[in-house]
Amino acid sequence: MKLVLPALVCQAMFLPGVSAQGSGELRFCLRSDPKTFDPQLVEEEPSETIRYLTGGVLIRLNRSTQKLEPALASSWQVSEKGRRIDFKLRPNLEFSDGSPLTADDVAWTMRRVFDAALHSPVGDGFRSGPGDVETRVTAPDALTIRFPAPVSALALQFDQMAIECRRAPKGQAPVAGPFAVAEYKPGNYVLLRRNEHYWKHGADGRALPYAATIRLDIQQNRDVEALWFRRGQIHWIGKLDPELYDLLGRESPASVHDAGPSLDWVQLWFNQTPSAPIVPARKAWFASSAFRRAISFAINREDICRVVYHGHAQAAAGPVSPSNKLWFNAALKPDPHSPGHALDLLAGDGFRKRGDTLFDRAGTAVEFSIVTNSGNRLHERMLTMIQQDLAVLGIRVRIATLDFPSLIERITRSFDYDACLLPIIAGIDPSDQMNVWLSSGAQHEWYARQPKPATPWEAEVDRLMRAQASAIDEETRKAAWDRVQQIVHDQVPCIFLVNPDAMCAVSPKLRNAAPALLWPRVFWNADQLAVSP
Amino acid sequence: MTRAARIRATTAREWETLGALTARSCSWLVNILHTRGNRTEPRRSRSGREWWRRYTPPYLPVGLLRAVAYAVLLLSVAASVAPALLTRSSYQQQYREDINVAPCARFPLGTDDLGRDRLTRLVYGARTSLLLACAAALLSTAIATLVGGAAGWIGGGLEKAVLWGTDLFISLPWLFLLLTVRALLPLDVSPGSSLAITFLLLGLLGWASPARVVRARVRSLVASDFVLQARACGSSGVRLFVRQVVPNMKPVLLAQFFVSLPLFVLSEANLGVLGLGVAEPLPSLGSLLRELQEYSMLNSRPWAILPAVVLTCVVASLHLVVSRSEVQP
Repeated sequence: MKLVLPALVCQAMFLPGVSAQGSGELRFCLRSDPKTFDPQLVEEEPSETIRYLTGGVLIRLNRSTQKLEPALASSWQVSEKGRRIDFKLRPNLEFSDGSPLTADDVAWTMRRVFDAALHSPVGDGFRSGPGDVETRVTAPDALTIRFPAPVSALALQFDQMAIECRRAPKGQAPVAGPFAVAEYKPGNYVLLRRNEHYWKHGADGRALPYAATIRLDIQQNRDVEALWFRRGQIHWIGKLDPELYDLLGRESPASVHDAGPSLDWVQLWFNQTPSAPIVPARKAWFASSAFRRAISFAINREDICRVVYHGHAQAAAGPVSPSNKLWFNAALKPDPHSPGHALDLLAGDGFRKRGDTLFDRAGTAVEFSIVTNSGNRLHERMLTMIQQDLAVLGIRVRIATLDFPSLIERITRSFDYDACLLPIIAGIDPSDQMNVWLSSGAQHEWYARQPKPATPWEAEVDRLMRAQASAIDEETRKAAWDRVQQIVHDQVPCIFLVNPDAMCAVSPKLRNAAPALLWPRVFWNADQLAVSP
Repeated sequence: MTRAARIRATTAREWETLGALTARSCSWLVNILHTRGNRTEPRRSRSGREWWRRYTPPYLPVGLLRAVAYAVLLLSVAASVAPALLTRSSYQQQYREDINVAPCARFPLGTDDLGRDRLTRLVYGARTSLLLACAAALLSTAIATLVGGAAGWIGGGLEKAVLWGTDLFISLPWLFLLLTVRALLPLDVSPGSSLAITFLLLGLLGWASPARVVRARVRSLVASDFVLQARACGSSGVRLFVRQVVPNMKPVLLAQFFVSLPLFVLSEANLGVLGLGVAEPLPSLGSLLRELQEYSMLNSRPWAILPAVVLTCVVASLHLVVSRSEVQP
C-alpha cells in the first residue's frame, strides 16, 4: 500500500499524454475499423471520425450554429465568383511534433489533394471544371488558391481538408488537429492522444483539448455498445434508434438527446430506367407522375413517424430537412394521407378499382415489389405499413429485402427492381446533392446517368442546380434551390417519407457536451469535452 | 430363442439405447420427458444415478404429460389446418392505435410493434414454419438416408467418396451461396413462394451431417449379430437391407428429424437477415423469433418469448408422442 501512492504520482507525472492541461479519457465506439488514416483518402465514417479528431482544417463548420468559423486560417476571402480564395493563417501554428505549420504546408496539401494519381475524395468536392488548380504562397502565412471554374460552397469544402506536414517522413505524419493517433489495435481500439501543440484555447484561457486521450473501441454490435454506455464504460452513443432512445430515456432521461429532424431523409422511388428489365406495364405506371403522386397521397407518413419512429421523426416534404434553416423551402408541405384523393388521381390516369384490386387501362392488375436493405427493422416496418396503405387502393405490394451489396448491384447496375426504399444521407449545402439531382448524376436514383435529360422538368432542374452551384450570393442560390425543391415536390420522382430525428446518448459525466444536429453530433467540439471525475 | 425373437430383442435394445440418444439430442425438456416416459435413465455416473433415484418422485404423471403433448399437437394441427378457428383477426391487420399492447381481452397475447395481433401471427406463423420445417426435415433426412445408407451398406470406395463429399459439403461457406441465390432470385416473389424456396434450400443443404450419422449407424448394423444371422439364413442384398437394416435405423432417422426441426425454424430466422426468409406480412416462427434479438424486448414485453415456448413445446410433444410408440418394448 505504501508503494501505491508514489507509483500513482509518478505515473501521473511521467506518463506521456497525461499533462497538467489535459486529463481524463473520453471513450466511445466506432462501428468498424478505420479503412485509412490518410485524411485525403477518407471514404467511410470510422476514418472520417479519426480525420475529424486529428486533422487541422483551415475553416471549420460550427455544427451547432451551422456557420463557418476560422480554424487554422484566421481569415479568408472568396472572390472571382467562387474561383478564388485567399487565406491568412494564424501566427505560430505548429504540428503535433512541434514543427511549424506554414502556407507552404497548405499549398503542398492542396497539390496532394488534386494529384490525379491519388484519387482523393476530398479533391472531388473542389472539382468543378477541367483545368489545374493554381496555388500561390504570397507570404509564410498567406496563400491564394485559384480554381479553373467556380466551386460552389467553396469555403465549406475546406471543412473536409486536413492540412498535412510536407516534411513529415512517410508513416509518421504529424497532425494539426486536437488529437493525434497514439495507438491502433486492429479490431480492438484506436487511442488518440492530446496534441500538445494544438493552436486553440478555451474560454477560460486554458489550452485545448481538455481531455488527455480518446479511446475509440471498435464495436459493431449496437446492443453491446448500449450495454457499455449503461455501465459507464463509454461516454456517448452518436446514433440511437427509437427503441434504444426510449429504453435509455426511461433509465436516465438526462442522458438521451433528441436534436430534432436530422438532415437525412428516407425516400421511396420507382425505377424509371428505360433499359430496366421489368414488365413494360410497370414502366408505364412508374413513368406517370399522377401514379407516383397517388402513391405519395396513399402513404400515411404521420403513422410511420408515430409507429415506426415512436414520434422521433417528421413527415418529409422534400430533399431539405426543416432543420436546415438556411435552405429549407417552407412553402412545401408533406402530402397528407388521403386515399380518396389518391384514387381520384389514379382514376384520372386510367386506373380502375374493381373489388380489392386496382387495374390499369389495359386491365393489368397493379402490383409491384419494393426492395430495401435486409436487417434494418425500421425500413422493414415502414414497408409493411406502406404495403397495407397501398392495399387500400387495391395495389398489391411485395416486400423484398436484400443484403446491401446485392441491393446496390440492383439499383446501380442491373436496374432489376421495381421500387426501392432507402435513406439518403444529406449535407447541409445544396451542392452536396448535385450528384442526386443532376440528370447525369450517378445517384439520380430513378434514372441515373441520363445521356440527356429525359423530361423537360429534369432539364430545368439541371439548369437550376448548375445556376446555384456557380452563384456566389446566397439569395440567388436560395431562389434556384427553392425552385428545384418545388419541381421535385410537384413531379414526385421520389416520394419523401420522413426525416428521422438525430438522437444520441451522452453520459451525464461528460462536460461541455452540446449535441448538434449535424455529424458528428456529440464530439463536434471534441477539444472542449472533458470527463467529470 | 427363435431367430425372430432374437432379432426383436436386439432391435428393442438398440432402440432403447438410441431412444436415449435421441432424447439427449433434442433438448432438456425432451430429455426429461423421454427418460421418465420410458423408464430408461440416461447414462450418468453412480452418484448421479443415486441422486436421480433419491430426489425424483417414484411416480411421475407420465400419462398427464402425454395427454398434454397430444393436446399441444392437436392444437398445432388445428392451427395448421384451420387457423381461422383459433383467431379472430387477420395476421396482417395493423391496429396502429394499439402498438405493443400488453395481453388483454381483445388481444390475448398483445400486439406487436405494428399493432398486429400476436396470437394470430403466432398461430399462422406456427402453421407455416412447422409444416415447412417438417417438409425440409423430411427432405434432408431422406437425402441423408439415401447417401449415408448407400455409403454404409456398400462401403469401400463409395464410402470414402461419400465421406469426402460430406466433409467438403460441410466445410463450404454456404452463406455466400445463399447470398448469391437470393441475389439471383426475382424480387417479385409471393410470400408463400419465398417461404417454400427458403425451406427447400434448408432441406437441400441440411443433409450432410445426418448422412455421416446414418452411415456410421449402417456400418454398425452391418457388423451386428442379427444381420450376420440373417445372412446365414440366406437373406442378402436389397432384401436384407430393407428388412433388417432399415427398421433398425428408425431411431437414428427420427433423432435427425427432430433435431432438424428447431434448427430449420431458427435457420429461417437467420436467413431473414440475408433477405432469404419469409417475406412480410406472412408470419413464421422464425420471423417472430427474430423479434427477440432486439435489445429491450424481454424486459418490456416478456410475452414476446411465447414463439420460442411454442416451438419447444411442439417439438417436445411430437417427440414424446412418437418416441413412445417407437420405443415401447
